[in-house]
Amino acid sequence: MTKQIKGIAASNGVAIAKAYKLEDPDLSFDTRTIDDVQAEKSRLEAAFLESKADLEQIRDKAAASMGEDEAEVFNAHIMVLEDPEFTGGIEQAIDNDKTNAEAAVKQVSDTYITMFESMADTNAYMAERAADIRDVTKRVMSHLLNKTLPNPALINEEVVIVAHDMTPSDTAQLDRKYVKGFITDVGGRTAHAAIMARTLEIPAIVGTENATAEIAEDEVVILDGMDGVLLQNPTDDEIKTYQEKADEYAAKKAEWAKLKDEKTLSADGKHFTLGANIGTPKDLDGVVENGAEGVGLYRTEFLYMDSQELPTEEQQFEAYKAVLEGVGPDENVTVRTMDIGGDKELPYLPLPEEENPFLGYRAIRISLDRQDIFRTQLRALIRASAFGNLWIMFPMVATLSEFRQARDLFEEEKAKLVAEGVEVSDNIKLGIMIEIPAAAVLADKFAQEVDFFSIGTNDLIGYSMAADRGNDKISYLYQPYNPSILRLVNYVIKSAHKYGKFAAMCGEMAGDPIAVPILMGMGLDEFSMSATSVLSTRSLMSRLNAADLEGLAEKAIDAETNEDVIALVKAEVPEAE
Amino acid sequence: MESREFNIVAEAGIHARPATLLVQAASKFASDITLSYQGKDVNLKSIMGVMSLGVGQGADVTISADGDDAADAISAISETMAAEGLTD
Repeated sequence: MTKQIKGIAASNGVAIAKAYKLEDPDLSFDTRTIDDVQAEKSRLEAAFLESKADLEQIRDKAAASMGEDEAEVFNAHIMVLEDPEFTGGIEQAIDNDKTNAEAAVKQVSDTYITMFESMADTNAYMAERAADIRDVTKRVMSHLLNKTLPNPALINEEVVIVAHDMTPSDTAQLDRKYVKGFITDVGGRTAHAAIMARTLEIPAIVGTENATAEIAEDEVVILDGMDGVLLQNPTDDEIKTYQEKADEYAAKKAEWAKLKDEKTLSADGKHFTLGANIGTPKDLDGVVENGAEGVGLYRTEFLYMDSQELPTEEQQFEAYKAVLEGVGPDENVTVRTMDIGGDKELPYLPLPEEENPFLGYRAIRISLDRQDIFRTQLRALIRASAFGNLWIMFPMVATLSEFRQARDLFEEEKAKLVAEGVEVSDNIKLGIMIEIPAAAVLADKFAQEVDFFSIGTNDLIGYSMAADRGNDKISYLYQPYNPSILRLVNYVIKSAHKYGKFAAMCGEMAGDPIAVPILMGMGLDEFSMSATSVLSTRSLMSRLNAADLEGLAEKAIDAETNEDVIALVKAEVPEAE
Repeated sequence: MESREFNIVAEAGIHARPATLLVQAASKFASDITLSYQGKDVNLKSIMGVMSLGVGQGADVTISADGDDAADAISAISETMAAEGLTD
């Protein structure tokens, strides 16, 4: 009989494929005393050879699909396997203690992990080495125990991934050709897994709580990312019905694709800019394919997170230049300076343990404190400005003084580069992310000093509602249409316009069909979203009269609840499904 | 037995990439090769050994090689050190 698993619809589309569980097997073992030392060493050697073969295959695959840099971590793992002190230590433990290979591996590996972790305070690379050893040990152990570790990089048939959660390194290994969708136990619409699914344009369901418990490896499932439902053990009729639904969705996408090279105009001819949010220069393909008008948010933290050390000025310059050159000559690129902290950590830059990292040392607060890091980024940006239309935005600004300090550092570095004879643009715009309510409320003052605002709705909603977006228990408080939020957004837009400045939005809300008509009515200038939402949003906007929506925006601001606003939009704008 | 002293000038010391390349260079030789720093000796063919020393900027280290190809090993390692900017 068909069983259903429900969750949060995170990315549109329908997938019908076999389940692939991205879950570690049970690697527990008993410590035994052994008689045949030689036999135990042979088992060990075989496990090391098999592990090495795995890693070489994964490395080659990763290098081919993502580039040599991404594959570097697997070379580090192979070096651990080949380390004579590591293997020698394990053999010695078998010799001396007459224990089984599993126990010897664990003993030696734990010694190194403890040693490296104890050094992590003074030398941040060590934490990463400890993680490498842990990973390698897991792989060796799986071969000793004849268990199979999931190797997402080696998937070679169409699958739906089933996981408790997905980390950036999990998703980096996935092959778009074979991964047709995914479903996770935890997370909300704005979790990493959900955002990644929308970037890859594959359907996804998150926050099911029980997907890994209920779904068996290799069983055929239907995943409906529109309704957030997964069907287990589907009947032939169900497969047929969902195949039709998948085809319908594909047809709709083909319809949107016709708008790829069109400008974004409302039915009454008002132009809005539809930008894309990107994380790396590689995402530019999606920007171009989906006909986005420039980049409204380039998240530079991936430069820092995907690296073993602080990225150099040169590395950053190359990345920024690539993005600036990758968009049209009239299009802008808004680069957000480093937004580390909160849930984003760097292995080589240990941050203090904090009770509330989201309310702690992060983003511009780190940049203003660690000026060495910030100045390097600013220099790279200013040098890249000669290659396009660069807008720089500072994240997590709460006070005017923070913006002024950041601006002063920018001006200092710019003056230095000019003095060095470096070619720089005279027209770099400086702005701030509006994600802290304090900055939103003071937008009229900020607007007199910044060139633009970009409203980051995920954090603005989180901080306004005092609710963590990752916490499933309180996910009901993620209320993008709550009039409280809409009033803040409206005030920011109106304040920008009062001083002739530009108002953008770069959160999920900018591509949300319920929010779009309201934001058009408020006069938002730029909507920046996942590249994959651009065409459907352009299609929606082309069917709406901007002038008519001003009244809708006023009513929305004057409403009482999130639900009232949804009902209002649905009643007045039937196009916004 | 051959040995040579080095002063590490690189800002980050012997960290990830240079450590990897030093180990790869040392592993090509049959000689036993040792890296000594602050009274501790580690096998230069062991990435974990090298990393565990946490050699930082300004450190004075000694590399010794014992075996038939010791002289060649020391000169190859010196070249790697210089090429990676670890030494002047």
